[in-house]
Amino acid sequence: MKILVCISSVPDTTSKINFTADKSAFDKNGIQWVINPLDEFALTKAIKLQESQGATVTVVNVGDAGTEAVIRKALAIGANDAVRVNTEAKDSFSVAKEIARIAQDGSYDLVLAGKESIDYNGGAVPGMVAQLLNYAFVNAAVGLDVNGSEATAVREIEGGKETISVKLPAVVAGQKGLVDEKDLIIPNMRGIMSARTKPLNVVEPSNSEVKVEAVSFDSVAPRAAVKLVSADNLDELVRLLHEEAKVI
Amino acid sequence: MAVFVYAENINGIYKKAAFEAVSYAKAIAGKTGDSVTAISINPTDSSDLLYKYGADKVVNVKDAGLKNFSAKAYAEAINQIADGNIIVFPHTTDASSVAPMLAIQKNYSLITNVIDLPESTSPFQVKRKAFSGKGFMHAKADAAGVIVTVSQNAFGVKENAASGSEEVKELSIANEDTKVINHEQSSGKLDLKEAEIVVSAGRGLKGPENWGMIEDLANVLGAATACSKPVSDIGWRPHTEHVGQTGKAISPNLYIAVGISGAIQHLAGVNSSKTIVVINNDAEAPFFKSADYGVVGDAFQIIPALTEKIKALKA
Ligand SMILES: Cc1cc2nc3c(=O)[nH]c(=O)nc-3n(C[C@H](O)[C@H](O)[C@H](O)COP(=O)(O)OP(=O)(O)OC[C@H]3O[C@@H](n4cnc5c(N)ncnc54)[C@H](O)[C@@H]3O)c2cc1C
Repeated sequence: MKILVCISSVPDTTSKINFTADKSAFDKNGIQWVINPLDEFALTKAIKLQESQGATVTVVNVGDAGTEAVIRKALAIGANDAVRVNTEAKDSFSVAKEIARIAQDGSYDLVLAGKESIDYNGGAVPGMVAQLLNYAFVNAAVGLDVNGSEATAVREIEGGKETISVKLPAVVAGQKGLVDEKDLIIPNMRGIMSARTKPLNVVEPSNSEVKVEAVSFDSVAPRAAVKLVSADNLDELVRLLHEEAKVI
Repeated sequence: MAVFVYAENINGIYKKAAFEAVSYAKAIAGKTGDSVTAISINPTDSSDLLYKYGADKVVNVKDAGLKNFSAKAYAEAINQIADGNIIVFPHTTDASSVAPMLAIQKNYSLITNVIDLPESTSPFQVKRKAFSGKGFMHAKADAAGVIVTVSQNAFGVKENAASGSEEVKELSIANEDTKVINHEQSSGKLDLKEAEIVVSAGRGLKGPENWGMIEDLANVLGAATACSKPVSDIGWRPHTEHVGQTGKAISPNLYIAVGISGAIQHLAGVNSSKTIVVINNDAEAPFFKSADYGVVGDAFQIIPALTEKIKALKA
């Protein structure tokens, strides 16, 4: 079985988000880049299938050379090889197009991704890839087993969950729960050393069409200073919530 | 032309997010001088519920094959009906799975997580959440048509009655590549993303046995419960309650955070709540900087007392 895992390189979760002075772009100064945390669940699931079923795992990233450190980390976690599509990721559509092409050319049985990236929160790439390939799509997966040409996925639904059988090839977008948090793989020295020699193929993009453009960005307006209420005076808190904020 | 809107139902019953999406579509239609057509798949609820929020027409798809959810099959059904150039979805789990597939089928632009009415409809430009709520992006769609998903609780449900009409459409969409084998719905539990009030607790509660007081407070408020990430990682609470950057992003009217430090990753998922109350025994807890109201003190004393006082207010 061949698995393709989509990896996006995002600002570390502790990053303060700032924009350039003209507000036209995200300010990358001083930012540490990490594998999108939701993609890590997908990658770890793929490595588990590699161990249990002898699957090969390829990671794909659409990004400029700046994302290679993150790709090497994915290789250190255990992916067999990697493809970087050499273009800045501009919108969900253009990224999905590149990934779909790589998936098709490599005849992957399973495409795994995180359900959204924590930077632009599009949540659109996996579904778009599935439609471009005409594959089945399961979103928000919190469980996955593969059995020959079929998979069984568990997806989260509002107020519950649903177990689905899926014909492969398919696209599955995962989140926390796809594997346990404690099973996330932290690369060890051997992994890091071997990642240096694993193939990282750089290919040129096939398409330049973008459908959504970021015109400008705003920061979140700060809240007014907190109103502290004494622990002995909860009547005042209830009054404030009832009369001032009008939320109870 | 019509602005189309996907009115999501769960087991035939419309979700609050559907009313919000219809309200949003109506507000756009008001700007552009269009009508609103809502599309629903196998509803049992009355279309009157959608007219109330401004649907001029409701197309009810009847398709036994769509009894089971499949993002692809649902996208195909909606594609057959929605022939306008603006299509609105709620940003629920299901709808936000369908929207990207429909965007490819129609060759439309897709803008997700929108939180406000469009700044312009031609070209289509709108404000959306980005960076897990740590920033906003003004996005411009560059295509003949646009699909938006509306972040839950961002726009709100707005009554705006229309004298609507209903059309029943029989479809039979092939739905073969996924098959639902088990569907578990915990009934009676308020959906976290739809809830107007959320009571949330963190590691400060020391253990799962202490959640009773959180549930009691939530019950008197008619609130949903949530938790911080370590709490669900340790297994004190189900991971479906985990809010934050890597959990659910929520925007209730009132968010009460008990024994939660207010780490940046937690704030990312909750700071678009309209009012935030923080209860923490550490006056230096970072969460106080992002709160509207705060109480410094021991949750084990404050929560039961607060619950009694709110009960008295409601009585
Ligand atoms: C990649 C990544 C992603 C993450 N994503 C998320 C996310 O999505 N959501 C999330 O929540 N976190 C997330 N985190 C974790 C985050 O950094 C914090 O560790 C977490 O939010 C802390 O949870 P907490 O506040 O419950 O626990 P703690 O940090 O342990 O804080 C407990 C708080 O309770 C208070 N307290 C203790 N006893 C009492 C008492 N008796 N009464 C009142 N207060 C009391 C303490 O003063 C303290 O402030 C992420 C971390 C990483 C690295």
